[in-house]
Amino acid sequence: MMNLEDHREILNQSGMEMFQLVRKQFIKSKEAFLTHDSDLAEEVLHTENRVNGMDLKLDRECERFIALHNPVAGDLRFVLALRKINFDLERIGDHAYGISSYIVEVDTPVDQAILDKLDFEEMYTAALSMLDDIRDAYQSGNAKKARKVFKKDKILNKINLNSFGVISEEVQKDPKLIDQYLLLFSVIKKIERVGDLITNIGEEIIFYLEAEVLKHRKKKGPSKPSK
Amino acid sequence: MSKDKKESVIESSIKRKYKLQANDVKVWYGDFMAIKGISMDIKPNKVTAFIGPSGCGKSTFLRLFNRMNDYVDGFKMEGEINIDGSNINDKDINVELLRKQVGMVFQKPNPFPKSIFENVAYGLKIQGLKDKAFLEERVESSLKQVALWNEVKDDLNKSALALSGGQQQRLCIARTLAVEPSIILMDEPTSALDPISTAKIEELIYKLKDKYTIVIVTHNMQQASRISDNTAFFYLGELIEYDKTNKIFTNPEKEQTENYITGRFG
Repeated sequence: MMNLEDHREILNQSGMEMFQLVRKQFIKSKEAFLTHDSDLAEEVLHTENRVNGMDLKLDRECERFIALHNPVAGDLRFVLALRKINFDLERIGDHAYGISSYIVEVDTPVDQAILDKLDFEEMYTAALSMLDDIRDAYQSGNAKKARKVFKKDKILNKINLNSFGVISEEVQKDPKLIDQYLLLFSVIKKIERVGDLITNIGEEIIFYLEAEVLKHRKKKGPSKPSK
Repeated sequence: MSKDKKESVIESSIKRKYKLQANDVKVWYGDFMAIKGISMDIKPNKVTAFIGPSGCGKSTFLRLFNRMNDYVDGFKMEGEINIDGSNINDKDINVELLRKQVGMVFQKPNPFPKSIFENVAYGLKIQGLKDKAFLEERVESSLKQVALWNEVKDDLNKSALALSGGQQQRLCIARTLAVEPSIILMDEPTSALDPISTAKIEELIYKLKDKYTIVIVTHNMQQASRISDNTAFFYLGELIEYDKTNKIFTNPEKEQTENYITGRFG
């Protein structure tokens, strides 16, 4: 039988693999969208099976870890957090899939001027930077790094909120562009959700590192010194 | 309020708050120091679990509460053990009465080679109680409390040794309850039992805390987390951490506690 320490390390590595896989999916979906590269988008669609497979594998491994080792304290928090992180990463993978499927379905690329008006690229870049921060926080067990994403998520929320006004104004000016704007509106919504999911992952990392529950708390700063 | 009255009010409030109190307790067996100055308060009607690796002093500490160590060769103690605010090591304490108040259940079931009825009535009889109706009533209520009555009510004259291990342990608990203690000490009460019997005893402990203060020594981490309200972790004769069980098993303060409960040492 595998000992608890080794089993936990294997789980940790599997979590890291899931992070890398989903990150790649998200980067590819960004590139595919901005360059309207349907081949790259197809690649994202095909790789979705791997994300789903990895999700199931990690879930099973977490269940096995709980059943075999009856974890408590830090080990229990780790495995509970990892299950939720895995769920959130899989959902981020779903959003990368959703964005890529738009590219495959839509023939004409979106005008660069429209992308600029909506700060679209900035939003995607901020989301990717959040994903990098949270991956690093997970890898290094660094709660401070995990907290960084809460601030960055506000950038995504702001761009998302502004997009309502911009889209409404632009569509009134030129109703022919409604398809492009609707498409962008959907993608912005997805990126905004990705930001929320990364924030959830940040909360989970802090939960397992510091035993602090940040869920549903508006202020997510540290309330006590780390152990 | 006068100073004396004030002190007596404070004292009685401490009595209500804590059933058992240990103040800077030190124990030696010859030259070996088994307990190195432990202080702790145990609340009434709670289950308190003592955990720690073998030889950490948890059983020694448990046995101080009914003075079971008194007859051990080379035993010496310093400090104070109080029950309801009274020092149980005072010279005028009647040890027999103390043990009536503080019952004990051991690792292996130890029924007497007598009938089921005689086992439960034993403590009452040595107290001089002979009234048949009273004894019958107390035997029945004790066996009911440990959920053994329905299993043995038609065989009360059968030898207790014919019962299964789990039934014998419940019988021993019934024997303890018959003399109406207020505290029950349990030293690994399920370590010799199968999982079903263990589950029955655990359920019983959970129910009994309504009427009794229970202190249990266990090596089974899951058992401690399932049944106890508070947990104390002992290591090398010291009390390392004592807190609510939920806290100990989800986010202990001390690294030593975390390492022990997660199986990294011990």
